Amino acid sequence: MKKTILQKLYITLIFIFLYAPITTLIVLSFNASKTRAKWGGFTLKWYGALFQNRDILQALFNTLLIALIASVVSTIIGTVACIAIMSLKKRSRAIVMGVTNIPMLNAEIVTGISLMLLFISFGLRFGLGTILLSHITFCIPYVILSVMPRMRQMNPYTYEAALDLGAGPVYGFFKVVFPDILPGVLSGFLMAFTMSLDDFIITHFTKGAGVDTLSTKIYTEVKKGIKPEMYALSTIIFLTVLVLLLFINRVPAEKDLKK
Amino acid sequence: MNKKALLKKKLLGTPYFIWSAIFILVPLGMVFYYGLTDRTGSFTLENVLAISTPEHAKALGIALLLSLIATLICLLLAYPLAMILCGQKNGRQSFIVLIFILPMWMNFLLRTLAWQTLLEKTGVINSILNFLHLPSLNIINTPYAIVLGMVYNFLPFMVLPIYNALSKIDGNVINAARDLGANPIQVFMKITLPLSIPGIISGITMVFIPALTTFVISKLLGGSKILLIGNVIEEEFTQASNWHLGSGLSIVLMLFIIVNMLLTAIFDKDGEGSFL
Repeated sequence: MKKTILQKLYITLIFIFLYAPITTLIVLSFNASKTRAKWGGFTLKWYGALFQNRDILQALFNTLLIALIASVVSTIIGTVACIAIMSLKKRSRAIVMGVTNIPMLNAEIVTGISLMLLFISFGLRFGLGTILLSHITFCIPYVILSVMPRMRQMNPYTYEAALDLGAGPVYGFFKVVFPDILPGVLSGFLMAFTMSLDDFIITHFTKGAGVDTLSTKIYTEVKKGIKPEMYALSTIIFLTVLVLLLFINRVPAEKDLKK
Repeated sequence: MNKKALLKKKLLGTPYFIWSAIFILVPLGMVFYYGLTDRTGSFTLENVLAISTPEHAKALGIALLLSLIATLICLLLAYPLAMILCGQKNGRQSFIVLIFILPMWMNFLLRTLAWQTLLEKTGVINSILNFLHLPSLNIINTPYAIVLGMVYNFLPFMVLPIYNALSKIDGNVINAARDLGANPIQVFMKITLPLSIPGIISGITMVFIPALTTFVISKLLGGSKILLIGNVIEEEFTQASNWHLGSGLSIVLMLFIIVNMLLTAIFDKDGEGSFL
């Protein structure tokens, strides 16, 4: 009994630690005073102002567009690559996985500057395109690492049986293999999307002048002071994700109850 | 499976193999090229050895010290937490894990900036302390605030791998140890802790490397007075435009990363990374 109270207390303390800044941001989004140091009363005006603010909306659009394209492309390349990696011999598989691990284990700042040097020497124009290429690069490993274990657990004979029964390789893949690895593909996609959305460091080095994602926009605003509309926007994003996740989480919980 | 089908499967990997060669290996090679040459293009070790100048050595030293402290604090906070999580019922477990991932959806920079508001002299925490007649806390723009920012940002990366490793432990092994007369401390030291080491190592890597190389947290919470090695490199690229020096210092950073990779490779034999 005493033990569970201690456990609950510990979880609560960590919970407060994690959510204190988030609560602060949400409170600030309702703050009538423009500086974050003073509470000037409750207001909803920043939420209205947000939808008038072209710059922020453009940055939001860029962020979502990049995250969506990067996660879709990296999910496709990553999943297809997994099929190939599984068919490699042990030695070459280890080499490929070693290279795949590099963007995850390397420091983001090094990945960022290395890509920046690459784009400069290719003479690419810095903009949405270069950000996209970089995001796809650091997203693929997350997809591979979440699809790979699923592929390994799969029984290879089911696919061969499908081929023996006359299915073509593509048909066989989508009918037999794909449903089995789908959870891995989905979680890889979600992880890629999240990583792309929250990235600042790599974007910072690979973006061009005039092109901003939310992260880089916030970074340039730090010195001048963050616009309260930004707090309003992040509150909206946070609450949307919270509601979505609570909803998703409820479904399996109900399944458990039925068992 | 016949050879032709196998070859076809291997061919499927071509897009990714080409992609990783161009966007992972070539860029890394370029960092080494820039780091090991000077502006005229001739070979030099000067950029790498520049780490030993007092200002760079100091930046690296502070970064090492602060990131080691942050990693240790993360480990000490995360381990009990992961153990508590594992003791919960299944439905609750996934809910609590969710709570730890959720903050990542609030922008990383905004979350860190919020600590400014919390820690300032007239900030939220000091207002509460004042109200309770407790001495005030002045850590904003000090190394303490940077460590706090690191712990705050990277704690989930320590909790998740340890939690994964702990939840894989077969409960029967623990029961067997108890049946054979081990007390709770012995069970922990002889069973739980050794079996969770891959998770610990993975967590340490996930926290230490980003903490060591950060430039954002030190800029936002350190009041731009405290320069970490990350700040030095970032400034070489964005302001000073001395890419050779910046690359040379990055090579030094990569030495630490390689040591870390080797450690992970030794403990993580499946080569899958227990983070996921």
